[in-house]
Parts: sequence; structure tokens; C-alpha cells
Amino acid sequence: MSVKLNSRQVGDVTVIDAAGRITLGEGTISLRDLIRDTLGGGHKKVLLNLGEVNYIDSSGIGELVSAFTTVTNQGGQLKLLNLNKRIQDLLQITKLYTVFEAHDDEAAAIRSFS
Amino acid sequence: MDNLGAEHSRASRRLDIVYDSDLQSVDSAETSVLEVARGIGFEEDDLHRIGIALREAMVNAVVHGNKYSAQKKVRLSAWDDGGALKVVITDEGNGFDLSRVPDPLAEENLLRESGRGILLMQAFVDEFQVRRLSPTGTEVTMVKYMAPR
Repeated sequence: MSVKLNSRQVGDVTVIDAAGRITLGEGTISLRDLIRDTLGGGHKKVLLNLGEVNYIDSSGIGELVSAFTTVTNQGGQLKLLNLNKRIQDLLQITKLYTVFEAHDDEAAAIRSFS
Repeated sequence: MDNLGAEHSRASRRLDIVYDSDLQSVDSAETSVLEVARGIGFEEDDLHRIGIALREAMVNAVVHGNKYSAQKKVRLSAWDDGGALKVVITDEGNGFDLSRVPDPLAEENLLRESGRGILLMQAFVDEFQVRRLSPTGTEVTMVKYMAPR
């Protein structure tokens, strides 16, 4: 199964719920397109919920980094929500835990946006 | 994809497959190798690690090695090596020098979009070797041992 993405608005924060696999090909393209559309719609506070993502490869990790830099470069913020153990491990191995702000609680994550 | 006759055997837990250089081959190889790994007795967390390492090696072969060429193939062998999983993947590309791959953990590279595949392979298998083939091609060998129970 490739990735399924659904976005919803909570106040001025766009929450993107992702499920499945973020891997080279369809999965990474879908995420890139949605981030582009979100920014294009003027929404610059993005919370990416990875709670239902069970698999990310290095291309998927690269896409998360791309999303982060794209949003940041447009003056926005991108944060992560609900990282499972496997994704936490990937962020540890790649040292990207130093880059991404991650939350376990959606309400707290929403409040953390400035 | 060419399945080399009876060499793909659940009983012998060995497979030898020649793949086209496309992303469908990456998915197919992952599924096939995980079947061998399950047969050996690897559990879910290790299967996940094996799946990612295998996927990274296949993507390197298809995308960076063979550059999606319809004329070039990726050869995959995987087998039960005395209770360990051994995987060998070769491509027909120009090869690369492992020592020249930028360190993805260096501060200046952290925000690069690519370049983490080898890091993940090294993290998720117990032995990882890259060998340049003559006249062209790259061979990647990975071994994963069963975790003690």
C-alpha cells in the first residue's frame, strides 16, 4: 500500500494525516504535491501526523526534509506528530531528530505553533 | 523479471532473480526477500529492517546504478546462510566509490534530500560490503544474523 494523505484544518494549522508507506515513487510525489498545495492555499503552519505510517525509506525521509525546508523557506513551520518507534529510530539514525520538532499530543502540537 | 527455474525454492530458501531496472522490481524484490527471511525465522522488527535495507540496495541499483535503463538488469540472490540471511545485488552501472559518498550525518548535509540509503543499509544489516565489478557494475552484499532469543 502506498501512502494515503488527508488534510484538515484546525484553526490556522493544517494537519496532514498520513497512512501507509512513504517510499520512492507515488508515496513521495503525493506528499510533495500536498505540501505544495497547502502552501499555495496560504497555509504555512503544517502538522504532519505520521501515526499511521508504518514504513519510510530514505526517499521518504528525503521528502520529509524537503517538506520541512520548503515550508520553512516560505516563512512557515512544519512539525511532526505521533512518531512510532520505527520512525523515531529512523530519525535517530539519520540525526534528523535534531531538525524536526515532534509531538505526541495533537492539541499540544497545535498550541505550539506561534 | 526472470525467475531462474527451480532456484527460487521455499524448501532451499534460496532465490536468484534477474530484474528489470524499474521501481516495480524494487517492490517485487522486497516481497521475495522477506519471504526468504520469514522462512529463516526472522521476526517482525528484523523483517522491517531487512525490508528497508533491501529496498535501499535495490533503489541504488535501479536508480543510481542502471539509471532505469531498459537494457540493464539487476541481479538478486538471497539465501539462508546457516541461519543468517545473505543477499547479493548487482547492477550494470558505472559503479561508485563508497569513500566519496558525502556523510549524511555531517551538519552541512543534514538537510539534503538524498544520500541516506547507504547509512540505512549499514544500520539495518550486520555486514555490508560494496564491490566494484569489472568492467562495469556494482555488487552489494548484505548479511543479517538472527537476534539471540
